[in-house]
Amino acid sequence: MLRTMTVSSLALMTSLSAAEARTELHWWHAMGGELGTKLEEIVAGYNASQEEFTVIPSFKGTYPETMTAAIAAFRAHEQPAIVQVFEVGTGTMMAAKGAIYPVYQLMADMGEPFDPSAFLPAVVGYYTDTEGNMLSMPFNSSTPILYYNKDVFEKAGLDRDTPPQTWADVEAFGQKIMESGAAPCGFTTGWISWVQLENLSAWHNQPIGTLENGFGGLETELTVNGPVQVRHWENLKKWQDSGLFQYGGPGGGNDAPPKFYAQDCAIYMNSSASRAGVVANAKDFEVGYGMLPYYDDVEGAPQNSIIGGATLWVLQGRDEAEYKGVADFFSYLSSPEVQADWHQFSGYLPITQAAWDLSKEQGFYDANPGADVSIRQMTLNPPTENSKGLRFGNYVQIRTIIDEEFQALLSGGKDAQTALDDVVSRGNALLREFEAANR
Amino acid sequence: MKRTIFGNQGLPWLLLAPQLAVTLVFFLWPAGQAVRQSFLREDAFGLKTSFIGLENYAALFRDPQYLNSMQVTAVFSLAVAALSLGLALLLALALDRMLGSARIYTTLLVWPYAVAPVVAGIMWWFIFNPTIGIMPHMLRALGYDWNHGLDGSDAMVLVVIAASWKQISYNFLFFVAGLQAIPASLREAAAIDGAGPVRRFLTITLPLLSPTTFFLLVVNITYTLFDTFPVIHATTEGGPAQATNILVYKVFNDGFLGLNLGSSAAQSVILMAIVIALTVIQFRWIERRVEY
Amino acid sequence: MVEHRPILTLVAHLVLILGVLTVAFPVWLAFVASTHDSTAFGSGVIPLWPGTHGVETYRVMLGQGISTSGAPPLLRMMANSLLMALIIACGKIAISITSAFAIVYFRFPLRTLAFWAIFITLMLPVEVRIVPTFKVVADLGLLNRYAGLTVPLIASATATFLFRQVFLTIPDELMEAARIDGAGPMKFFRDMLIPLSRTNIAALFVILFIYGWNQYLWPLLVTTDAKFYTIVAGIKRMAEVADAVPQWNFVMAAAVLAMLPPVLVVVLMQRLFVKGLVETEK
Repeated sequence: MLRTMTVSSLALMTSLSAAEARTELHWWHAMGGELGTKLEEIVAGYNASQEEFTVIPSFKGTYPETMTAAIAAFRAHEQPAIVQVFEVGTGTMMAAKGAIYPVYQLMADMGEPFDPSAFLPAVVGYYTDTEGNMLSMPFNSSTPILYYNKDVFEKAGLDRDTPPQTWADVEAFGQKIMESGAAPCGFTTGWISWVQLENLSAWHNQPIGTLENGFGGLETELTVNGPVQVRHWENLKKWQDSGLFQYGGPGGGNDAPPKFYAQDCAIYMNSSASRAGVVANAKDFEVGYGMLPYYDDVEGAPQNSIIGGATLWVLQGRDEAEYKGVADFFSYLSSPEVQADWHQFSGYLPITQAAWDLSKEQGFYDANPGADVSIRQMTLNPPTENSKGLRFGNYVQIRTIIDEEFQALLSGGKDAQTALDDVVSRGNALLREFEAANR
Repeated sequence: MKRTIFGNQGLPWLLLAPQLAVTLVFFLWPAGQAVRQSFLREDAFGLKTSFIGLENYAALFRDPQYLNSMQVTAVFSLAVAALSLGLALLLALALDRMLGSARIYTTLLVWPYAVAPVVAGIMWWFIFNPTIGIMPHMLRALGYDWNHGLDGSDAMVLVVIAASWKQISYNFLFFVAGLQAIPASLREAAAIDGAGPVRRFLTITLPLLSPTTFFLLVVNITYTLFDTFPVIHATTEGGPAQATNILVYKVFNDGFLGLNLGSSAAQSVILMAIVIALTVIQFRWIERRVEY
Repeated sequence: MVEHRPILTLVAHLVLILGVLTVAFPVWLAFVASTHDSTAFGSGVIPLWPGTHGVETYRVMLGQGISTSGAPPLLRMMANSLLMALIIACGKIAISITSAFAIVYFRFPLRTLAFWAIFITLMLPVEVRIVPTFKVVADLGLLNRYAGLTVPLIASATATFLFRQVFLTIPDELMEAARIDGAGPMKFFRDMLIPLSRTNIAALFVILFIYGWNQYLWPLLVTTDAKFYTIVAGIKRMAEVADAVPQWNFVMAAAVLAMLPPVLVVVLMQRLFVKGLVETEK
């Protein structure tokens, strides 16, 4: 019985992997929902555009899951050629010199024309080594912005065309909205760590870590327990208690978008790339866009926001033929047409100057007021060492710690100062661990 | 032990070969690897490795998260064992009074055994979903604000229910068998002596069921320690703030998601020690009951 | 029953009915959810009675799946699950019955050691040694293979013990008679032992089939290629869509389909199932 089973399963396997003439290359990504559909469309477009290569996209779950799946697969020699890694994984990926195939080198080795200066510096700066070489291929970069429900604003007696500018506005608007009964909750947010801690810090020109937020070396330490961050977390706790703020869950905050779509919460902070989802789901109301709120008594605020989203990393250990395909595919991906289409559909930042220009030419920003909030916010001021990004090892796990400590804060287990102190001490332990493992 | 045997010497090894090969390659070898890895520090991609002795173990016992995980595991196991054993015993006692309808009831009660833990987890996750779930809705009507996304105890209650739901059928079957094994004459005698149902239960049924109960206790604890991984993984993922981060989930989480292989391996080794202890207890009991 | 107490019997009935309902409650809700379309979950509480979209939901899930949630057609995943469950169940039975035969009917050096080597598998559940086992399977190139999916799970101490118990109860006279007839060990095994333990094999098969079908963590890690996804391992991916609400109707349809085959096995083969369960734990 066992033998017949094995034989039939072998037969099934061979029939499944019936060889195709095209070179197949796998791309593991974390784009679910509308973005996933669009991504598959782009890949289908590429596969139809030439006959040599077939790109096979696979959805691997959330960003952290996709990244760790790829690393586990690398250890097991089953890695895909391309993996989409979110920005906080950059530190880990960069340190893994023998595992990654730097994009600048890949393009050169494969003889693919490639001009790094075509990319927007605000985006690419995050992903270059100290010599200015591009290590990964920017694909979807975003920055958090503020969405609000214009109809609810009007119902509450607010101006439908004025988004809140400061946190004081958010509080005042939120109270008005709740008191008037226009909506049961003021605001919600995705990505506590990214939006309400990292970007909060950059936006107020506060350091996230020493050594230029980690750009300066592995000896970096976290510094997110400063007065501005503590004050903000204290406020979030206070607002949660009064119902002004509703928590959307850890990680990306999966419970946050439904609260906004269902018109429970009138204001919603999340990635500019949530725009596709917001537009698709906000069927019964009009959406307005604004920049992230700031505390107007903090000097230097607002500074500029930092990017998030993900880049495509190429992993070592595949065949030359596949790398040829990767280079070809990357050229296709960064072409102005594909980029402009992706940017306009998703709300991700245009990653090349050409794509930005093309979108302007096509009249996209005139037709979609607010769609350029993200770019304007990113480039509001020349970045300081506190606001050009962050580069920490083990940061995926540190993000989890931030979520855990935030939950401890909300459930009343800790006050804001203790929670952020614990983020720093637990995070630093992981940074030391990373330093030791990568020395 | 058989008195008569075949004299062949090579054949038994041939017969044992597949089982031994699988055991060697997929059980003993990885276990050895876990022990080895627990003394090493390695980066995520496995490119740099260094020997650090017992540092991984020392770090674990210094780590409040790990001690928390041990405590969470203890609470979780005992709660699941208590809940599923209690309900199963109640149902088994009720069934013991049935004559004709026993079979029907049994059929209607045992099938959850076949439901995968992850499916059980997802279903209860759905029922307790804070926005659309029916239970939070009902609880809110009663004045309780259910939120397993933030409240650690709510999350614990949720995973305990999901894990117990599935285990009741198993315990139920064994209690039914245990009850049937109690001689009716004993209970009849007690009844003639004027002992009421409660008294009879306490003085006769319960003591005579104690071997079954003890056996089930060990099995249930083993179940919650290891087989409930999918329940946690599919629902709370150890959260909120590690309130449901049981040991076996932490091994996986630190190893596969945290990519801290040394620490994960050290945790594996500790867990293996726990299983070995539990298995020895279980086997002792089996030995006593069945001639070895 | 010891004496006639109608009240107590009534209470017993009530307890049982309540038990049956509690046990069925989540499954009912899952089924109901799978018969509505996804908009039914946006507004307030989940429905309690079936809707009209059931056929549509199951058609989509079985035939197409939801590729953006990492779900290939469920029919395919169920076929994978079935194959995995069958290989595991048959494999476990095959290697255990021969091992038990060797241990009971032969006396050879290191016999006790072999027995303990098998016994130790009881102590090392896959969850506990997951990282190194994954590495071993990867090193052997068995990821995304049915072999990698199943072979590491087929060593079984419990099944070996069960067959050992069964063989020990078979009278020695039978074997003596066979020997007098000049039958060799394999002939005795084939013509005597296997027919005599037929019900045990069937009972064990039911338990092991459920065990195999319900595997979760292992397939989740070993299959990175959607062609090999199993339904039980695939459910979580569907429930977890980044930046969007899970499509509960589809997730619950998957849950229903994932539990249907093993539950049917238990209900239809209840006698064998109970026998198998009680025996494997003896």
